[in-house]
Amino acid sequence: MTTPTAVSTLSVANVFVFTDDHEKSLAFYRDTLGFTVATDVSNGGFRWCTLKTPTQPELEIVLQNTGIYPGMSEADQAAMADLLAKGMLGALIFGTDDVDGVFERVAASGAEVLQEPADQFYGVRDCAFRDPAGNMIRFKKDLAGSPDTTGWTDHAASADN
Amino acid sequence: MERDDLIRLRQARDRMDRAFAEPLDVPALARDALMSVGHFQRSFKEAFGETPHAHLMTRRVERAAALLRNTDHSVTDVCMAVGCTSLGSLSARFTELMGETPSAYRARSHEELRGIPGCIAKQITRPVRVTPKRSLSEKRA
Repeated sequence: MTTPTAVSTLSVANVFVFTDDHEKSLAFYRDTLGFTVATDVSNGGFRWCTLKTPTQPELEIVLQNTGIYPGMSEADQAAMADLLAKGMLGALIFGTDDVDGVFERVAASGAEVLQEPADQFYGVRDCAFRDPAGNMIRFKKDLAGSPDTTGWTDHAASADN
Repeated sequence: MERDDLIRLRQARDRMDRAFAEPLDVPALARDALMSVGHFQRSFKEAFGETPHAHLMTRRVERAAALLRNTDHSVTDVCMAVGCTSLGSLSARFTELMGETPSAYRARSHEELRGIPGCIAKQITRPVRVTPKRSLSEKRA
């Protein structure tokens, strides 16, 4: 049995999701997904806005505006905003007990659908949307047991092990 | 390029990705993006580094690679499943992008990809054309 160390209590405290419009992103995360706003304060033009999921009280999702980032040049802010518009500035995957139910609710809110619910080779049932800022948001539930390999060729068994 | 154009191009690309097994309809995509066909083709390439058709073929090769890794379907069936009407053109494009034929790709073990979420595995295995491209900053000058 190892003795506890300083790093054995580490947990993820904040994850960052970029946005170009706090109000539109709040409409998605707070109203459609039902997350709780933990903090929402401003200092000058800089807004610190965080949300929590119903199941993870220690974890805060930070909505970070690409347009106002302390210490960043205008050129870099513009580059980030362009990447965000192209949907390339990050993604989030959420776990859920009900992929199809979440899909119905989020689709009904008018969010852009990337992928309808489907069982995947990598062992989950998942679906995907874009949030209002363009980030890819996936919802997944692990499938019970190992992936069904009936009728599949087991490449690992035939390779040199 | 205006940011609103980038958003519309992203939406066009997302639409193509969802319907990757269907025929490509560039005029319809251009209309939805509020651009002429020529402007849409040029802008798409500037934003994403390849033309709409090249992107679609890349997506189909990517999907074919996943089917070759994870199923026993014949190479011909995989070709049909990803929306290609010609086995020859899929094989040629597959080989050009992946560096080996579909059959050779299937024959290799893909142990290193086990357990990685599909969306990440797709990015890691995404075929990349090995020709130098002009940087966007050169184009804007």
